[in-house]
Amino acid sequence: MNFDINLIVSRLPELAQGFGITIVMWIAGTIGAALLGFIIAIARRYGPLPLGILLRVYIEVIRGTPFLIQLFLLYFGGPSIGLSLEPVPAGLIGITLYGAAYFAEIFRAGFEAVPHGHVEAAECVGFTRTQVVFRVLIPEMTMLVLPAAVNMTIVLAKDTAVLSIITVPEVTMVISAIGSEFYAFVESLFLLALFYWGLVELCGKLGRTAESKLSKYRFAAS
Amino acid sequence: MTSSALLINRLHKSFGKTEVLRGIDLEIPHGQVPCLIGPSGSGKSTLLRCMAFLEEPTSGTVVVNGRPLGYTESADGTRTRLPAAEIRAVRSQIGMVFQQFNLWPHMTALGNVSEALKTVQKLPVREAEERAMAQLQKVGLENRADHYPSQLSGGQQQRVAIARALAIEPKLVFFDEPTASLDPELTGEVLNVMRALAADGMTMVVVSHEIGFAASVGQKVAFLDQGKLLINGTPREVFQKNRHPRIDQFLETYLDRGAAMLL
Ligand SMILES: Nc1ncnc2c1ncn2[C@@H]1O[C@H](COP(=O)(O)OP(=O)(O)OP(=O)(O)O)[C@@H](O)[C@H]1O
Ligand SMILES: [Mg+2]
Repeated sequence: MNFDINLIVSRLPELAQGFGITIVMWIAGTIGAALLGFIIAIARRYGPLPLGILLRVYIEVIRGTPFLIQLFLLYFGGPSIGLSLEPVPAGLIGITLYGAAYFAEIFRAGFEAVPHGHVEAAECVGFTRTQVVFRVLIPEMTMLVLPAAVNMTIVLAKDTAVLSIITVPEVTMVISAIGSEFYAFVESLFLLALFYWGLVELCGKLGRTAESKLSKYRFAAS
Repeated sequence: MTSSALLINRLHKSFGKTEVLRGIDLEIPHGQVPCLIGPSGSGKSTLLRCMAFLEEPTSGTVVVNGRPLGYTESADGTRTRLPAAEIRAVRSQIGMVFQQFNLWPHMTALGNVSEALKTVQKLPVREAEERAMAQLQKVGLENRADHYPSQLSGGQQQRVAIARALAIEPKLVFFDEPTASLDPELTGEVLNVMRALAADGMTMVVVSHEIGFAASVGQKVAFLDQGKLLINGTPREVFQKNRHPRIDQFLETYLDRGAAMLL
């Protein structure tokens, strides 16, 4: 390997921007996906049946097809239905729609895992339906889904790499460009892997900290 | 006229095709502590849950302090479901204690007990917490107020659950096998709290396998068998020498289980 470090240094501004865009796509995309997923889970649980069926189909389609193809369809197929998007907004919308399907399933399972007795206890002391949702179901669900949600966040961090395919100037695209310019694929991809790994480790660490901070809220053994 | 604390009339409950409760009539005067015993699957929990409207009776009525709970039934047998607010109002006269405690894990002991006072009764936080603290004192847990359920023993959790049920100042408290998921050495602390409550004059309905408790605290013991109240009398009447053969059978298996524990 004769990877020239100067090469990297000379492209530092471009690289830094790539890192930045990856982080932004990741965080904004995850927040969007989690919010939309939460809304979908609530709508499926409390909304009318036809809406529930529609959302279920949406989830199945998203989970049953590759993210790459979904992005292609959105970015290249969008214009044919009058939806022309710049790469960055297209990427953000894509990652949000994609992640939301998974988050919706995580939240659905979380709601279902809240023991029914906890709801009955609330009903017995006079809670309304809405109070049960906000005071019992949502807080307990949040605790229950934390590990799965952290996991999904990690998956989305890595999936931002796919956005390079629709020319979002995130770090994978920047580094591959540098790599092909100088025929230094192995080195550049190695660097890239290192970056994602660092990101995932950081996210995992944050998740574990959150979990241990919240561990006192865990379900009590009886 | 003082109505009874609880009045149950021709209560039936079916799950699909299986009829679990087959016509229950029961009247509970104020201040009484009837204990409900019976073999597993006889419908004790179902009856208690119907009495708290956690389960909807298939037919029949439950009247709490003169107010119908869930449905009213007219003379010709048509049933009308009462509005949700009325159901909540009547149900707030009932405290429920579950076998599995069912404390909310994201709230402290004080939070669990004060929650309904804040959310439902809209009391100011300070007043709600003062009243919750008084309830925790009653069950001897004022020094565990800031503990979360995961930081409490089973017996302590059940005592918090009792304090939570009492905080809304119910007229009646139902217990569904409150000690069944506790280690034997933790059973006593919960039974003591219940004894004190009974001595205080609280009307309580207790489903329990603690025959000793039923015999010593319950003024009445009701024996449920296959969805019917076979006997409803004083402990002396129910457990007397020449008792009903079904009770004999029940006590035998009960003793079997007790003896099995010694092995
Ligand atoms: N939600 C339900 N759906 C269908 N069947 C039910 C339901 N709840 C209870 N049952 C049935 O009703 C019968 C009575 O159950 P119940 O829990 O009331 O008995 P129990 O006397 O409390 O028994 P145990 O002493 O074991 O707690 C059982 O045969 C049970 O299978
Ligand atoms: Mg039971």
